[in-house]
Formats: sequence, structure tokens, C-alpha cells
Amino acid sequence: MEFMSLLHPLGVCVVVAPSVLLAVLGVTTLVGRPLGERSAIRCMQASVAVGLACAVSILGIMLSTGIREVPIEMGDWVVIEAEHFHFHVKFIFDRLSVPFVILSFVLCGTIGAFTSRYLHRESGFGRFCVFYAFFLLGMVVSVLAGTIETLFFGWELVGLSSALLVAYYHERQNPVRNGIRVWAVYRVADAAFLIAALAMHHLTGAGDFERLTGAGAWPEGVGVLTSNQALFVGLLLLIAAAGKSALVPFSGWLPRAMEGPTPSSAIFYGALSVHLGAFLLLRVGSVLASSLLLSAAVVVIGVTTALYAEITARVQTDVKSALAFASLTQVGIIVAEIGFGFRYLALVHIIGHACLRTLQLLRAPSLLRDYNVLENAIGEHLTRDKTIWERLLPESMRSWMFRWALERGYFDSFFNEYIVSPFCFVFKTCDAWERSWTDFLAGGKSRVSDELATPSDELIPDPEFAES
Amino acid sequence: MMPELFVPWLEIAILLPLAGVLLVFGVRDLEERMNRAITVCALTFLASVGAWLDFARLRTFEAHDQWNLASSVFGPDAVVIDELSAPLIPLASLLYLLIVISTLRTKVRRFPMVLTLISESLLLAALSCRSHWGLITLLALQTLPPYLELKSRGRSTRIFVIHSVLSIALLALGWAMIDVEGPKSEHSIWAIGMLIAAVLIRSGCVPVHCWMTDLFENASFATSLLYVTPMVGAYATVRLVLPVAPDWALQTIALVSLITAVYAAGMALVQREARRFFCYLFLSNSSLVLVGLEIATPIGLTGGLCVWLSVGMSLAGLGLTLRALESREGRLSLDHYHGLYQHMPSLAAFFLLTALASIGFPGTVGFVGAELLVEGAVGIYPIVGMLVVCAGALNGISVLHVYFRLFTGKEHRSAISLQAHWRERIAVLALSVLILGGGLLPQLGVQSRYHAATEVIARRQVTPSHSNEHQSPHVSVLPNSHVNKNR
Repeated sequence: MEFMSLLHPLGVCVVVAPSVLLAVLGVTTLVGRPLGERSAIRCMQASVAVGLACAVSILGIMLSTGIREVPIEMGDWVVIEAEHFHFHVKFIFDRLSVPFVILSFVLCGTIGAFTSRYLHRESGFGRFCVFYAFFLLGMVVSVLAGTIETLFFGWELVGLSSALLVAYYHERQNPVRNGIRVWAVYRVADAAFLIAALAMHHLTGAGDFERLTGAGAWPEGVGVLTSNQALFVGLLLLIAAAGKSALVPFSGWLPRAMEGPTPSSAIFYGALSVHLGAFLLLRVGSVLASSLLLSAAVVVIGVTTALYAEITARVQTDVKSALAFASLTQVGIIVAEIGFGFRYLALVHIIGHACLRTLQLLRAPSLLRDYNVLENAIGEHLTRDKTIWERLLPESMRSWMFRWALERGYFDSFFNEYIVSPFCFVFKTCDAWERSWTDFLAGGKSRVSDELATPSDELIPDPEFAES
Repeated sequence: MMPELFVPWLEIAILLPLAGVLLVFGVRDLEERMNRAITVCALTFLASVGAWLDFARLRTFEAHDQWNLASSVFGPDAVVIDELSAPLIPLASLLYLLIVISTLRTKVRRFPMVLTLISESLLLAALSCRSHWGLITLLALQTLPPYLELKSRGRSTRIFVIHSVLSIALLALGWAMIDVEGPKSEHSIWAIGMLIAAVLIRSGCVPVHCWMTDLFENASFATSLLYVTPMVGAYATVRLVLPVAPDWALQTIALVSLITAVYAAGMALVQREARRFFCYLFLSNSSLVLVGLEIATPIGLTGGLCVWLSVGMSLAGLGLTLRALESREGRLSLDHYHGLYQHMPSLAAFFLLTALASIGFPGTVGFVGAELLVEGAVGIYPIVGMLVVCAGALNGISVLHVYFRLFTGKEHRSAISLQAHWRERIAVLALSVLILGGGLLPQLGVQSRYHAATEVIARRQVTPSHSNEHQSPHVSVLPNSHVNKNR
């Protein structure tokens, strides 16, 4: 019983540790007094160590006492009694969340240690630490969330930190463009998530996962929604998961996200963030099980993603993109496993895959160097045998597939041509109409902003000096 | 009998800026003029906070000033504080204080200090006024400072004048007809229609929103910001339209507001200049406030009132940041990257914070309000809730897009320091505390807005125009028993 009384404070500590880290790093940055490199690293280490120790302690207590689910009630964040409106904050430690939260702390700790060397004396080191803190808190809150609104809270933090880290090297335009692309996909996924959350809330009358996925510890809950309700809500959640985990057709952002520094690529797109969609599907597994059509849709998307990523990975010319698509192949398989109902298998697959991919991504920069040394020693490029596909498929087919894979399935082109361009065209046309209308009302040119030129007060570097 | 405040805070807050006009008028020393204006605005802010705290102490729905001097001249409802206006008054005065504080010394000469103080007085008077004709008069007077500024800058005033005159004329005519018709179950469609048209124009709803973009184009950023961010159009809607409007009228306003929210969110994404982007972002968010107000359920209305405050704070902060950037770089084109982060990381962080708060990002003041708003909307019209979510998603994309355009994308070289001035830092930190504090501890604000919402709905139900009406199911103030909103 003494152990049991420890569960609540330990559970609170798991969430508080990353919250304090974010508060310290965020506030010092906002007031213009960011922590030094060493202090920031120490804060990160302390936060991860405390969070991990508490999570492992909870696991130990759960294993020793046989408890399968530990709800940590944090009370009502917002309550309007007369309307029965409660914004309930609750965290759950169960067979799904405990392995995931321990995985998050272990990998974040590893990345933190790697970062202290990899980004040493980088001008954006402090910025990286703030985004890292956002990410860690977002992951912990998402994974432990006991209500769908709490999960949304963490989900958003993860999304923001991911987009900002993609644009980490922000003095260049490409990372920034890719950052906004990632953010745009995330916003679509977030919108689907929010609508699904509201729909579930109205269908079941509550936001607790217990009510949504039925009584019983994970994964034994039985869905309370009817087949049609589950299909509607499940499809929205599938869109949310697809956006977050870069499943087809939202896969285009994944290679773009590799513009970020290697530690963030490893943690976000190799290890944790890319699995968050799969985690969501695991968490609402009983909803998926309520509709055969929905389960089939999950399997189809998973298998399609795996095939797409497997083909596309073969033509990538940089190691991070190749790893990103290799990672996506596994995520596709994991999603298919969830669709088939193999939830434990999917969980084990996620943990193993996340660890392997983190190692690969962190090793990637030095691996390239090793290859270079090897090829210099040999005096030529390494040779390789023809694959079975090269022998079996005709040349025309291979060329077509090569182009298709090189263009990453034309998904980006499709979205650009059929969604982004028409959207911009419509609103730019409206803007032109507004200009005509205000010009008419004003009796002349109404927009000063049309005459804006490039700022001229900037110092143009002397070309000779710049070259030298 | 209406309870009284301990001190005539409201009248002090309204008169202080007018007294400030006398203090700053004709002062040639810019530093001295600035210091006087800051002092006046700070005292006004303290008086308005005093009114709020004093009102909270009374634990009542409404109260008027000690001695109530204004009532003998302007009538009993001329200067009143109630649940609705209690937080709006300090918020408005804070906005003026922060704008004045964050005005750089180099810009003081061009800053319309006298007009700003006059407009502050008018705004506080409008927010304290429950008399219908008094409010209409104050709304009309409020249009004068921006008009005079446009005139003094040599810009075309036609768009602003056309919309302002139309709005005030419709408001006056509509309310005159309501007065003539007297207390009855349902007012004529003409009277209600004119009131709706008037508040839609004043709120900048599509397609009568162009005056707002024009104001941002041609007036100073500070004047535009101070004229639109207190959302007097929404205030006029609650005071003048909500009590007399039948359900169809509310649905019309909600529909137009919803269209505006989505349209403005889309327009914000394609803008090529920062002020216009800000204007559309503001339009989108302020329309969401109107959507919440017109849902007229306790939850929806609470959400609308919460979003009102959060949008007021967050977009005021965003506007302050853009103004700070403009004062260094001139008008900001969004066609190219500016790369300002390295020179002003604090302002970049604040830009991000306020922008995220405006879209209801978790942990900021906008989150719970947005949740309540969507919750209320989905409960009545599911499609409305989904469109609100879509507008939020578009706004989310546009704010980060503009952040990247302004603060990243290249190495900005400058011969002079562009860092935030200590006055700007004070303004930024004050709003940051409110945005994060309100986001992490939202219960107090939500509870206060819920009280205001229930009172507004209750007043709507006891208004003569509704006394004989069949009770509409979605204006009930009773706890909603068929949906357990346990979250």
C-alpha cells in the first residue's frame, strides 16, 4: 500500500519535469536572458533524468503489484458546473503509455547528450533547447493523456516544435519553406483531430478515453460507438494520424523535414514524432475495432504507405532522406498491424524501430565520413550487384518507377496543383476585386502597400569583400 | 437600486485622458510630452483596474459610480459597469497605455497624442455606457479621431466616411424605429435589419469590411490598432442588437460572421504586406467572437466572450510587435524574407507567442475560449463548429508563414541596433504575462465570462420583445441535461 501512495506524486513528477524545463528555458529566452550552453544542457539532463526515474519507478510498482492502469487525476482545469462543462486533466499510466513515455525520455536524453556535442557553439543552440523542451513536454503529455483534449494539447506542442526545428537553420530560405510546409500539413491534421475530438465528445458525452474506448485497461477496452459513428470519427482520426505520421497522401513533408539539424531529425522523424499518429491509432484501437471498413482503411493506408516509402527510399540521394523513407516504410507496416488488430505487436515494433532509427540517424553524419575514407582507400566507388528487380523488370518500367520515386509519387505536385494553386487563385482574385472596389470608392489608388519596394536601408555587402 | 462603487472610478477613467489632453497640448519638448502622456494613460489604467476590482468586490451584475454624477446629466444608464464591460474597460485602457509606452522617441513627433487621448476617453465612455442613444452617440464620436488623422495625413477619407456614416445612420434609424414601435413581441424587419447591417459594417464583416483594410493602409498603425482591437462593433451588438433581435437575426449575423471568419482567414494567407495581413487576421478572429455571441447558448456565449478578451490581448500584442518592426524597417512587405530574428529575438518570440495565442494554441489565453466557442457552435450547428475549426487552421498557417517571412529566410544586415527598446520590452512582457497567465490559469476568466453570458441571455429573455415568444431551445440558461459536457 505504501508503494501505491507513491504512484500519484511520481505520475505528477513525470509531467512536471518537462514542464519545468520548458518554463525555465522559455521564460529566460522571452525576457532576453537565455541560459548558457552548459546550464541549458544541465537543465535538459536533470529534467529527463527526473522524468525517466519517476516513469521507471511507476513501471516497477505496476509490475510488482500487478496493476495495469494507474489514472492520475489532476482535477478540473476549467469547470462550469451549471453547464456540466469540465475540462478535465487526467493522465493514464498503462501498458501503452508507460513503454512510450519511457521510450520518449530515453531517446530525448540520448538526443540531448548528442546535441551538446553536435550543436556546440551554434548560434541557435538556445533556440534548439527551447524547441526540444516544447517537444519533450508535448510527447509526454500526448502519451500520458487520459482525455482527448489533453492529448490534443500535447499533439499541438509536438507539431509546433517540429515545424520550428525543421526551420532551425533559418537564415536560409529552403528550411523555412519546408518548415511552413510541415506546419501546413500538421494544421490540416490538427483540424481533423479537433473535429474528431468534438464528434467523439458529442457522441459519447465525455472526453475521457475510458468513455470513448470502453471500460477496461488498454488494449482490452470495447468500443461504445456504433459502426457508422466509429467510421466517421475513425476516418477523421486516421487523417490526423496520417498527417502526423506522414502516411500517404501526406508523405511529402517527411523528406522536407530532414532540413533540420540531425538531432531533431532523429528525434522527430526517425523516432518519436513520426510514431505519434500510430500511437493515436493504438490509443483508440477499440474505435477502429468497431468498424470493419475503418480497420480496412487503416490497413490499406498502412500498406500503401509502406510500399510507397519502400520504392521511394531506393532513389534517395542523401542519407537522411533515405533513412526517412525507410522509417516511413516501417511506420506503414506498424499502421497496417494496428489495422489488423495486432496492438501489442505494433507497440513492440514501434519501440524497436524508434531505437534503431535513432541510432542510424545519429550515426549518419559519421557514416558518410567513414564511407569517404573507405572509398579513398579503395580508390574507386563501392560496387554493388544488380538487385532482383533490376533483373526482372523491363527497362521502361524501371525508368517510369524511377521517375515516380524521384518525384516522390507526385504527391507534392498534386497538392500544389489541385489544392494550393486553386486556393491562392481564388483568394488573389478576391483581393484584386477588393482593390478595384476600394479604388472606385476612394476615387483613385487606394493601396499604399502596392508601392512597397525592397527595404533600402540594408547594407549591401561589397562583392569583393564578400568573396574574400 | 443599483449598487455603487466605492470610488467614482469610471468617471475618473473617462475624464483623465481628457485632462491629459490639456497636459500634453502645446508641449514642445517631446520627452516631456511623452512622459506626461504615459503618466495619464497609466493613471487611467489604474482607475479602470480599480473599477474592475471594486466591481468584483460588490459581487453584483451591475454597479454605477459613487455619487453617480453623470446620471443627473445623461440618464441612469450613462456610466455603468457590469459583468460584460468589467474586464473590457481595463483591457482597453491597457491597450492605450502599451501603445503609448511602446512609441519610440523617433516617432513621438508624428504620433497623434491628443487624438489618441480623446479617443481613449470616448472608448472608455462607450464601454461604460448602457444607454442606447448614448452609445450610438459615442460610436459616432469615436469615428472622428481616425477621420481627422486620415485628413491630416492627406489620405482619402471617402471609404472610411462612407462606411462610418452608413453604419451610424443605420444604427440611429434602426434604434429610432425600435423606440417608435415600443415594447412589443417582435419588432419590424426593417428596424432589425438596419441594426444588423449597422453592426456588421462596424465589425467589418464581409462584404462591408473594406473600410478596415483601408484604415490600416492609410492611417497610422497605432490609430488603426486602437480603433479596431477593442471590438466596439461586438460591444454594440451585445448592447443594441442582442436584446431585441429575434432568432433569425442572430442566425443571420452568425452566418455572415462565419463567412467572414473563413474568408478573412483565406485572405490573410495571400496578403503581401504585414498590415493587411494583420487586418485580415483580426477580421477573422473578431468574426469568431461574433459567431460566439450569436450562438446565444451559455457555453457558446461564454466562448465568444472569452475569445473577445483573448483576441483583444493577443492581437493587440501582435499589432504592437508589427508596429515595433515597422518603426525600424518601414512598411513590411511579405513578398520577401526579412531575417530579423538575429536583431530582435525577444520580439520574434513575442510575435510567435501572440500569434499562437490568437489561434487558440494550447497554454495560451486563447485556448479555452476557442474550445468553448467550438463546443457551443457544434452543439447547435455542427457545420458551424467545423468551419470555425477550418478558419483556425488557416489562421494557424498564415501566422507562421508571416513569422517566417519577417524573422527568418536570410541574414539581415543593419548599420544600427534594431533591438527592442526597454519601453517596448515592458509592453511585450506585460502582455506575455497576461497571455500565458490567462492560458495556464483560465478558470477565473472563464467563470467571470460565464456569469456575463448568463446575464446577457437572461436579459435577452426578459426583454419585452421576447416576453411572449415561444422559448427557443437554444437560448435556455438551464443546464443542458441531455448532453453531459464532462471533459
